[in-house]
Amino acid sequence: MSRAQAPMTSTEYVQHHLHHWVLNLKTMTFDEAGGFMSFNLDTILIAVFMGFITLFFLRRVAVKATSGVPGKVQNLVEIVFEFVNKSSSEVFHGRNPMVAPLALTLFLWIFMLNFMDLVPVDLLPKVFGFFGVGHFKAVATADLNQTFAMSLSIFVLSIYYNFKVKGKELAVEVATKPFESKGMIGKIILAPVNFVFRILEEVIRPVSLSLRLFGNLFAGELIFILIALMPWWMQWVLGIPWTIFHVLIILIQAFIFMMLSVVYLSMAHESH
Amino acid sequence: MDINATLFGQMITFAVFVWFTMKFIWPHITQAMSEREKKIADGIAAADKAQRELELAHTKAADHIRESKSQAAEIVDQANQRVNRMIDDAKEQARQEGEVIVASANQEIDNQRQKAVNELKSHTAELAITVAEKVLGKQIDKKTQASLVDEIISKV
Repeated sequence: MSRAQAPMTSTEYVQHHLHHWVLNLKTMTFDEAGGFMSFNLDTILIAVFMGFITLFFLRRVAVKATSGVPGKVQNLVEIVFEFVNKSSSEVFHGRNPMVAPLALTLFLWIFMLNFMDLVPVDLLPKVFGFFGVGHFKAVATADLNQTFAMSLSIFVLSIYYNFKVKGKELAVEVATKPFESKGMIGKIILAPVNFVFRILEEVIRPVSLSLRLFGNLFAGELIFILIALMPWWMQWVLGIPWTIFHVLIILIQAFIFMMLSVVYLSMAHESH
Repeated sequence: MDINATLFGQMITFAVFVWFTMKFIWPHITQAMSEREKKIADGIAAADKAQRELELAHTKAADHIRESKSQAAEIVDQANQRVNRMIDDAKEQARQEGEVIVASANQEIDNQRQKAVNELKSHTAELAITVAEKVLGKQIDKKTQASLVDEIISKV
């Protein structure tokens, strides 16, 4: 086993893998005393790096894109584009040139970050360990900061579009949905209830969106860590089925996150 | 696992990524895709059009063949009629010419016969006179002679 040279108990091993590489922004040192004012360097590094790779690759394809017979790489990219475009245009009926690219970015970025889950759990921490990094958590989507960063961006956008598209209608919608009444008195009584419901609905969306992704990936990562604790011959018996299963999960989670984001943005554009 | 400033850092990263995708990636590829879609649609439309034109050409060609056939038949008919007319004309002409020839031949025959008759008449007179002279052995006067001869001739 690879962790043999570092004698640790199982608990220590698991906890070691659950710690981030943290930069304290107050003192600019690598400690966890910064509280809110600190950066999870591993999350940022992996997320930015994977994003750059993806965008660089797509940019290269986009520059060389031909409307004639596409090459293999362009074909692959076009399949993804077609898939994202179809999925988002089925749900989103408004005219907003940002939605489809946003969905594509979300889908590919989340997929790439989830994919880090399939990299052997000890590989990146060991590599970074050579450079003196104490902790390294490679799966950025198993970090609440990453998932909330995306879901809160969607939240902000959906609030912005709610105000921009609906204008005064928004007030009517907030006051009269989901509980409707025909009489004037009923309307007045139900308005505060509707208001509270609407606020709850809007606030719960980003929380559920990010926690779903985080939960799936964190659990998956944890199980990989637990499998790594087992004797070497169990690595294949348990590791391979879980890896195969996880390939499905990372794809589905990326797709769900993308679709729900599009749905939320679509709800912000349409009066229901 | 705590929420910290990474949240805002990643929100900015996300915004930049979305902006980049929207600006520099999405339009290029979707444009290429829609252009290809248009090309393919145009190609299919052109193929349909060509198919229709081919069918049209087929019917046109059939029409042409039918028309040519009827024209050919007409020409043959006309030629036949003309030949018949020419044959008829030739026959008629031949008949007329024959008639003329026959008529002139008859005329000639009549003429010859008349000539012969006349000649015969004159010869007969001489012959008669000669015979009479021989028979009578004497010369009768010319006046009597001549009237006698004439009388005989008119009786011939």
